[in-house]
Amino acid sequence: MTHAISRRLLVAAAAGSALALSFASSAFAEVKLTFLVDNAPATVKASEALAAAFHAKNPDITVEVESRPGGGEGDNIVKTRLATGEMTDVFMYNTGSLFHALNPQQNMLDLTDESYQSDIMDTFKSVVSENGKIYGAPFRTTMGGGVLYNKKIYAELGLKVPKTWAEFMQNNAVIKEKTKAAPVIQTFKDTWTSQLFFLGDFYNVLQAAPTFPDDFTANKAKFATTPAAMKGFEHQAEVFKAGFLNEDFGSASYDDGLRMVSTGEGAHYPMLTFAIGNLFENYKDNLDDVGFFALPGDDAANNGLTVWVGEGVYGYAQTEHPDEAKKFMAFVASKDGCDVQTEAIGALGPYMTKSCTLPEDVPSPTKDLVSYFAEGGKNAPALEFLSPVKGPALEQITVEIGSGIRSPIDGAKLYDEDVRKQALQLDLPGWE
Amino acid sequence: MTTQNKKGTRRAFAAVYPSWFYLPAAIIFGILFLFPTFASLFFSLTRWTLFKYSFIGLDNFRQFFSEPFLVWGLINTLIYAVVTSGSKVVLGMLLGILLTSNVMMRGLLRAIVFFPVLVSTIGVGITFTMLMHPTNGLINDVIAVFGIKGPAWLTDPRFALLSVAFVDVWKGVGLATVIYIAGIVSIPAEYYEAAKMDGANALQRFWNVTLPLARPATVTVIILSLIGGLRSFDLIWAMTKGGPGFTTDVVASVIYKQYQSGFYGLSTAGNVVLFVLVAAIVVPLSFVLNRREVEA
Repeated sequence: MTHAISRRLLVAAAAGSALALSFASSAFAEVKLTFLVDNAPATVKASEALAAAFHAKNPDITVEVESRPGGGEGDNIVKTRLATGEMTDVFMYNTGSLFHALNPQQNMLDLTDESYQSDIMDTFKSVVSENGKIYGAPFRTTMGGGVLYNKKIYAELGLKVPKTWAEFMQNNAVIKEKTKAAPVIQTFKDTWTSQLFFLGDFYNVLQAAPTFPDDFTANKAKFATTPAAMKGFEHQAEVFKAGFLNEDFGSASYDDGLRMVSTGEGAHYPMLTFAIGNLFENYKDNLDDVGFFALPGDDAANNGLTVWVGEGVYGYAQTEHPDEAKKFMAFVASKDGCDVQTEAIGALGPYMTKSCTLPEDVPSPTKDLVSYFAEGGKNAPALEFLSPVKGPALEQITVEIGSGIRSPIDGAKLYDEDVRKQALQLDLPGWE
Repeated sequence: MTTQNKKGTRRAFAAVYPSWFYLPAAIIFGILFLFPTFASLFFSLTRWTLFKYSFIGLDNFRQFFSEPFLVWGLINTLIYAVVTSGSKVVLGMLLGILLTSNVMMRGLLRAIVFFPVLVSTIGVGITFTMLMHPTNGLINDVIAVFGIKGPAWLTDPRFALLSVAFVDVWKGVGLATVIYIAGIVSIPAEYYEAAKMDGANALQRFWNVTLPLARPATVTVIILSLIGGLRSFDLIWAMTKGGPGFTTDVVASVIYKQYQSGFYGLSTAGNVVLFVLVAAIVVPLSFVLNRREVEA
């Protein structure tokens, strides 16, 4: 008897809750999107601002920001979630070589026919396209890879922004002699920061060896045997040998580096300009003491900047809400989207949407960055936007070269080996 | 126990349950252990991007063994395993003797030596990374009081691996000590009395009574800590991530980095190699150590 009653109760309860559920879903026809971004404070802040502004315009769509680690660990999370079908509706990821490794045709929504594409710069479209189809909408700004420097130190010592490597080394010698500041800041606790001397030198490589990217992709050119491409490694070793580094270069972190360059504990910090966002966040009072210049090469007359195209926002091919996801991406790529980001994390550089503008009073390093895109400014894309091949062990190799453990030529040979694995994995012709 | 005996017990068990009784455990074993083992053997022979794979035979193994940092990784793995295992044996034995003596507050002291074992490895790693910071870490601050400039413990390639090994020993010696305490306590007091009657001094009693009779404990400690050392990863990753550069890479961190870079087939091949390596060292070692025990 008791048996029967309890079973009847159970059925009634189940039916009741099912009713309640269906009622709830019909009453609120609200769609929830999840947006996966990296966990750098500036990224999260910009993403949350975008989500909030988008929700204000579209009250029936809520965007929830989810964060993941950056760097190699983040790549891994993104790849695994795509492979297991657990990806969020929209997600942020790199453009260029890393984008191609995600198998876009299978995993991402096709954005080729979106109405806003005519407002997006071709440079951006080319690095988020595969087989003529566009998969990404621009998020954040174009970055430069060069040197953040402390303008106060430069003013005190009467130094000029160097246009050649020799001038840069001279400035370092003066700083070492006359101040307590470290001439060059390196922060190998966050190993990715060690790559800038090498990656940021690519504008100069391209001037001396214009066919390098294609030859490199086709396995016809090697770093170890291309003198122009070796320069970055050699420069890094020179700086170490001259004793220009901060004492704790091995255990300092990225954030330490930003503190040092903004407060004048150090003079030069080779870095990508997205760091301006973190400076804006953590060292706002010192932000205008920081300037930016391209890594100098040999020729003062041909001084230019290596440029990184900003990240993209992609839609997951198997999302349940493709239309809402596309609507959100359209918002991120619009002028309104740019303005929301500028307000949240400051103006970090030129946007990839043509109608987007920067405010008059941009921070000092951004002003320096923008000058490389203005009339008379020179710039070229980084290697990872011209070739799909990028070796994963580069950051360990540059740490070793930058701390005198390995010679530049050894490092270059090791990197050529490392790159081979990636080319094989991508199944590129000419490699085996 | 002889092999004859073991066989006998196994047969006795087989008769106890009908075969359906084993089914649940067998299914779990099959899904969670057997299938992944064979799947990993298969994928170690492919170039695998998670989205698709192509069969490439033994190429991954060829690639894995020609990895320039693998040789270093292997050497480092062996150094790390031998150093940590050896230190744990010596320190664990000494601490075991101290903590079986009539020392004050013995229970509390035993708990204290075991405490680091219970703390999260990652937490220990992060804490020591801070303590070992070259310019504002506590360790170098203390050394500086004596007018010595301490080295960059974790970022100088000469010290980095040994610094991590030191932390590993600090964290793991508690377990070795507990095993030794159990081993030493189980030695009958009569042996010591007899040795005393024969006029053996403290050192002789240690050498001729404690050491040989605590042999089972020594075997256990060596095997456990050697396996732990060979596949060590978490502490190294928390403290140096294999750096600076590749100088503290061990086999496990090389494999992890390959996995992180998306070389899934290659890293699976690496795991197969690591499995074989650990087995090749530990199986003969355990055989030799245990046989001597029987003979003794």
